[in-house]
Amino acid sequence: MDFINEYLPYVIKGSYFLAAILFITGLRRMSAPGTARGGIVWAGFGMLIATVATFLLPDMHNMVLIIAALVSSTVLAWVSGKKVAMTDMPQMVALYNGMGGGSAAFIGVMALFNAVDHMGACSAGTIVDTGTSHDCLSGVSMIFAIIGVYIGAISLTGSLVAFGKLQGWIDKRFTFPGQNLFNGIVGIGTLVLGLYLTQDLNPNYIWIFFGLSLLLGLLMTLPIGGADMPVVISLYNAFTGLAVSFEGFVLQNEAMIIAGMLVGAAGTMLTQHMAKAMNRSLGSVLFGSMGGSGGAAIDGEMKEIEAQDASIQMAFADRVIVIPGYGMAVAQAQHKLWEMTQLLLDRGVDVKFAIHPVAGRMPGHMNVLLAEAGVPYDLIEDMEDINSQFSQTDVALVIGANDVVNPVAKNDPESPIYGMPILNVDEAKNSIVIKRGKGTGFAGIQNALFFAENNKMLYGDAQDAIGKLVSGLKAL
Amino acid sequence: MIDGFIALYIFALAAILGFEIISKVPVVLHTPLMSGSNFIHGIVLVGAMIALGHADTTLEKVFGFIAVFLGAGNAAGGYVVTERMLEMFKPRVKKQDAQGDK
Repeated sequence: MDFINEYLPYVIKGSYFLAAILFITGLRRMSAPGTARGGIVWAGFGMLIATVATFLLPDMHNMVLIIAALVSSTVLAWVSGKKVAMTDMPQMVALYNGMGGGSAAFIGVMALFNAVDHMGACSAGTIVDTGTSHDCLSGVSMIFAIIGVYIGAISLTGSLVAFGKLQGWIDKRFTFPGQNLFNGIVGIGTLVLGLYLTQDLNPNYIWIFFGLSLLLGLLMTLPIGGADMPVVISLYNAFTGLAVSFEGFVLQNEAMIIAGMLVGAAGTMLTQHMAKAMNRSLGSVLFGSMGGSGGAAIDGEMKEIEAQDASIQMAFADRVIVIPGYGMAVAQAQHKLWEMTQLLLDRGVDVKFAIHPVAGRMPGHMNVLLAEAGVPYDLIEDMEDINSQFSQTDVALVIGANDVVNPVAKNDPESPIYGMPILNVDEAKNSIVIKRGKGTGFAGIQNALFFAENNKMLYGDAQDAIGKLVSGLKAL
Repeated sequence: MIDGFIALYIFALAAILGFEIISKVPVVLHTPLMSGSNFIHGIVLVGAMIALGHADTTLEKVFGFIAVFLGAGNAAGGYVVTERMLEMFKPRVKKQDAQGDK
């Protein structure tokens, strides 16, 4: 027994070390297409090892509560994650990410309340008893606990709003004059109150600080439009990573520090990639410069086309480029689309898919959906590779994409999306746009492409419209 | 024990590693990678278990229970969703090979 007690700490610390290595290796493998599939399994093993090791820690109480919470939540998350449609993945990532941020925030709040209970036992300046080490730690831990609560709480409520927006439960942007100033005051005020806790650890102040931090996540996210949600989710992903890392410092847990910071940095990088692809700075996403005016009105008329004529046009084309967007995702039209593509390929038409970096609501979202439907990789092209080919293309078929094909981004300096890289659909000889109605896109901007001479509109739900194109092609 | 400066080294090295890994990633992997990194910070579950394992008062137990519940959801949900996304990349390659053999 002594033998076990002597070596157990090394086993546990060793497990956390192994977990950290597995996380790093897993993330590395996930960042290359060939090894991506294995990467998540490596990281998964890391999580399993770390979780089991935690049960072996000495002085652990409340085992029944731990197992109850662990099992019930794992089952719920596992089932919901398995059941959800591929199109709804982005909001599930937001939801799970918010949960992680919330967890980190609650850990920090517990550390603060714990410090209140043990205040008498520690001398001034070393006020925090984390409960794990049973040492009185320096005020540094406390600052980390406080900032972790702040960031984690913002990530929790902010991610929930993002989830609500993508799920369609919240479909408005809530804005009022002076909003940025108001949010700024709340944000800075809350942080100041948090840091004041290091001077006066009053339980009431802890409650107010936690409440305000949660509120701040709502205030920050509600005014942001749906089009910017991918960037926001990615940002909150990085936030949660940081919060986890900071609370890991409070708990003196190396696995949390390393994994959290790894995600904090990787998430920040990913956020920048996304914002850059949309030609939006992080500042303009968070403090909203988009959406208001809608740019100049466009003269002309949108011309409608019948599905039958559209299928004939494509069937006798040499080269067709398909541009999928969020409309394809909501309508779950990727399978029908692949069926249509196969019919065209059988007729000898050269068909390619052009993916804008931020098509849909997350980078890579379209690739995942097309992969699900069975579209081979070599038919799918990134924007940089395919943009020069539009001028030699007979038909460009746009499916529920809007802002990413809007030529005003190239030629109207007044437009809010001016400068955003777009797919050069306007250079194709003909274009057909499948769209549910005549409205504007997420950005609320009129699309000059829709009014162009050589563009035709095919109104309807993407699934129905492509279904009609398929029957049209079969009838030929 | 991790003192301030060692923690600073760990923070800095982990951050540099994170930036390095993500600096060159194909667009097709952006969504799965966001989901995968979302899973990795599910390690917060371990911290939540430690916190609940040392909770004394009712308030701490309630908060600890919530923390474990949320953390486990992050880890389990993050894994399933990422695995499902990445699952789609594998059979694709096989199918292409099969077509090539014909």
